[in-house]
Amino acid sequence: MIGRAFGLSCEGCHMFSIVLATATRFLLPLLLLLSVYLLVRGHNEPGGGFVGGLVAASAFSLYMIAFDVEKTRRLLRAEPRALVGAGLLVALGSAGVSPVLGKPFMTGVWLERTLPVVGKVGTPFLFDVGVYLVVVGVCLMILLTVAEE
Amino acid sequence: MIVAVVVGFVLGLLAPLVVRVARNGTGWITGLVPIGLFAYFASFLNRIQAGETLFFPYPWLSPLGIGLSFRLDGLSLLFALLITGIGTFVCLYSAGYLAGHPDLGKFYGALFAFMASMLGLVLSDNLVALFVFWELTSVTSYLLIGFDSEREAARRAALQALLVTGAGGLALLAAFVLMQQAAGSFEIAILVERSPDLRTSPLYAAIIFLVLTGAATKSAQFPFHFWLPNAMEAPTPVSTYLHAATMVKGGVYLLARLSPVLGGTDLWRDWLIPLGTVTMLTGAWLSLVQVDLKRILAHTTVGALGACVLLIGMGTQGSLQACMVFLLAHGLYKGSLFLVAGIVDHETGTRNAADLGRLGRAMPLTCIGALLAALSSAGVYPFLGFLGKELLYESTLVGFTPVLLAPCAVAAGIAFAGMGAVVGVRPFFSAQGRFSGQPHDPSPGMWVGPVLLGMVGLLFGLFHGPLHSALITPAVRSCILQAGDIPTPSWHGLDVKLALSALSLLMGGALYWKWSALRGRLCRWRNVGRYGPAAGYDHALCLLEAFARRQTRFFQSGRLNVYLIIVICTAVALLACALVRDNISFSDLVLQRWADVKTYEAVIAAILLTATVVTVRAQSMLVAVVALGVVGYCVAVVYLLFSAPDVAMTQFAIETLSVILLMVVLLRLPRLRTFSTSRQRLRDALVAVSAGLITTLLVLVVTTQARNPKLADFYARNSLVLAKGRNVVNVILVDFRGFDTLGEITVLAVAAIGVYSLVKLGSHRDRIPEGPPFGGEARGDDVSP
Repeated sequence: MIGRAFGLSCEGCHMFSIVLATATRFLLPLLLLLSVYLLVRGHNEPGGGFVGGLVAASAFSLYMIAFDVEKTRRLLRAEPRALVGAGLLVALGSAGVSPVLGKPFMTGVWLERTLPVVGKVGTPFLFDVGVYLVVVGVCLMILLTVAEE
Repeated sequence: MIVAVVVGFVLGLLAPLVVRVARNGTGWITGLVPIGLFAYFASFLNRIQAGETLFFPYPWLSPLGIGLSFRLDGLSLLFALLITGIGTFVCLYSAGYLAGHPDLGKFYGALFAFMASMLGLVLSDNLVALFVFWELTSVTSYLLIGFDSEREAARRAALQALLVTGAGGLALLAAFVLMQQAAGSFEIAILVERSPDLRTSPLYAAIIFLVLTGAATKSAQFPFHFWLPNAMEAPTPVSTYLHAATMVKGGVYLLARLSPVLGGTDLWRDWLIPLGTVTMLTGAWLSLVQVDLKRILAHTTVGALGACVLLIGMGTQGSLQACMVFLLAHGLYKGSLFLVAGIVDHETGTRNAADLGRLGRAMPLTCIGALLAALSSAGVYPFLGFLGKELLYESTLVGFTPVLLAPCAVAAGIAFAGMGAVVGVRPFFSAQGRFSGQPHDPSPGMWVGPVLLGMVGLLFGLFHGPLHSALITPAVRSCILQAGDIPTPSWHGLDVKLALSALSLLMGGALYWKWSALRGRLCRWRNVGRYGPAAGYDHALCLLEAFARRQTRFFQSGRLNVYLIIVICTAVALLACALVRDNISFSDLVLQRWADVKTYEAVIAAILLTATVVTVRAQSMLVAVVALGVVGYCVAVVYLLFSAPDVAMTQFAIETLSVILLMVVLLRLPRLRTFSTSRQRLRDALVAVSAGLITTLLVLVVTTQARNPKLADFYARNSLVLAKGRNVVNVILVDFRGFDTLGEITVLAVAAIGVYSLVKLGSHRDRIPEGPPFGGEARGDDVSP
């Protein structure tokens, strides 16, 4: 039974669960919102880029179960590989801000003013965004590749 | 000064561009770099002659006492001039020798990098910087020897040179660390002042042994001499530069540089003098049985290096003076002879000395260069070689055990004279020649080197007074602690050393005339070198390979359960060692607070244990995966209860994802057909139980021991102040220890790439992966879904 639900590539036996599909349509945006929420509040409350990324990845994997790999890739638009690369670049870039200002590598640099919703913005937050992207990318890269085979 | 050292590395990168743009003028343009550096170093001649020692410190890793401190004194200057001077001719020569070679740019790149490393080596005053440059010369020489990388022999020779000199380099590093331990500094200038401490240190013998190993590998001393003749696989300009003039003298330089620090003791003499003597005789003897021009030269070089080590070992003012003169003379004539050998090879297509002859009329300019060099090599008056040989004989006569050393030196002198003539005279004047083609003088860039180097050897011999005061005396002074007045060698009339000189010249002449006749008898010995230390090298390499193969087969078995067992057992063993080392008394670990256990905690524990048992006992993979998920969720709940919400959240998310992933994988696996035998299960159970046991113990120990609250306090207090965040866990992750996180996400990315490529690669071969994917030794057949 469960096997059927995961039977993404086996021909002729793909069971489309209308309940799961409908629920996923509503759950996916909520989960993604939750993941971003976790990421943003991570600096002060429980959360952070790592767990945020995992939640986002599970949101997409839910979508993959309800529909299929092909649709998930279309929904995702970006290649998971590209997400990993982008995440690493963002993290490295955030670490590279401080040497430009003459401080040691990876020193946190913060904006003077706070932004309305996000709050304080600084390179550690940017770094966390990088972690978020890497985690989403890595999880989906593994999951989608294995599911496709 | 640092610019002078680094410029070679920078220009090395630009070399391919220069070669492409300059085309036919390559040699003359690239030659500008070494000649410019030569002029720069020559501008210091006056100040060095006046007895100054110039220091150029550049901070590098100051807290560790490591700096790029350069020193220019007599010894460094002599070597720097030799490196840049001969480098100029090598640059000119290579353009002609390798004309049209597609990798000429790469060649010049490596050549410049080598020159820069060599300059760094002879100018460094800091032992660590010296070591770095020392290793750089090994690496660049690897590239240069193996330049003709299509040929297996070249690759083999390059690897041999790299392994031998690299191993010596490691010994040297150990020696430098010991010296720092014994005297408290890496700076040679300070070590010279503290040399009494070093000499009385209990580490002294070990230091000497290690320094000597390093120097002996680099300077091809017995028993490491075999790599040098093999390195003749290199293009001839490389042999000229590395194996005659500069790199192989690196070891001699090091011994001379360290002789005021370590030298002058009985131990020093007892090691160096026999080492030098044996090498000198080995090189001289092996040179007689060669017919290849370059191999003859390589073996006489080994002999000459032995003579230098012998002279440094004696350590007297006179012997060091002899060493410097001999070294300079050797660099000039040997460089020239190598270039000539290259030209002959280039024009006739053969390097077999027995086949060459009658070239004198065809290539007169080359012939002049060769003759000048051969005369200097033979030690004919008034060449510099004569002076070098005179001083060598004098040192052996007045020094230690002259009865033994003087005949050895004369024997070597005979070989140098005879074999120098075989290379420098025979190809041009011998009556018969068997080669193809119409040889003629090469382009000016190629013949200018041997001719000028030969002339310099003659001029220095004629006017050795100024040479002494400008170069030799300052060089000797920097090798001796209390230098007295160093006299310029002068004509003593007829004495023993002159007689010895005449004797070696006569015998050398006889060797030359009788060489063709002798060769037949000597040829039987040609392969004698193969049974020496070279065979040992081959054996050691074979053993190493066999060991590596066996080790890889053991650790990389390709079976997942073996990998897991190795990883888990290693972790358990290490943790057990730590627990035993810290002498934990297990009586403290008794759970005293049973009463504190809340009901809901007990319930969670019960669920967790049940799920674990279900996981292990499950007959289907599906049940096992679900049960494993339950275990993970229970652990997450425990985190939540013990106020670690961040960890709990992460654990929940991870569990969810891994259950999904396992499901996706499971669908693609064959059904289990054979299960593990009961013995395998017992083994697995033991491994699992020991891992669980050690983890439990560890947690108990950690929680019962008094913790150092400083760290937690620091983070708690500074999280908001320094990092503007109230969630300490996250602040540690992204700020305080952000560098770790950066590393971790990189590892994560690499792991994902690994999975991706494994799956993609596997799909090309077979849809169903072979062998047991996880768990026992299950063998499955195709299962259609």
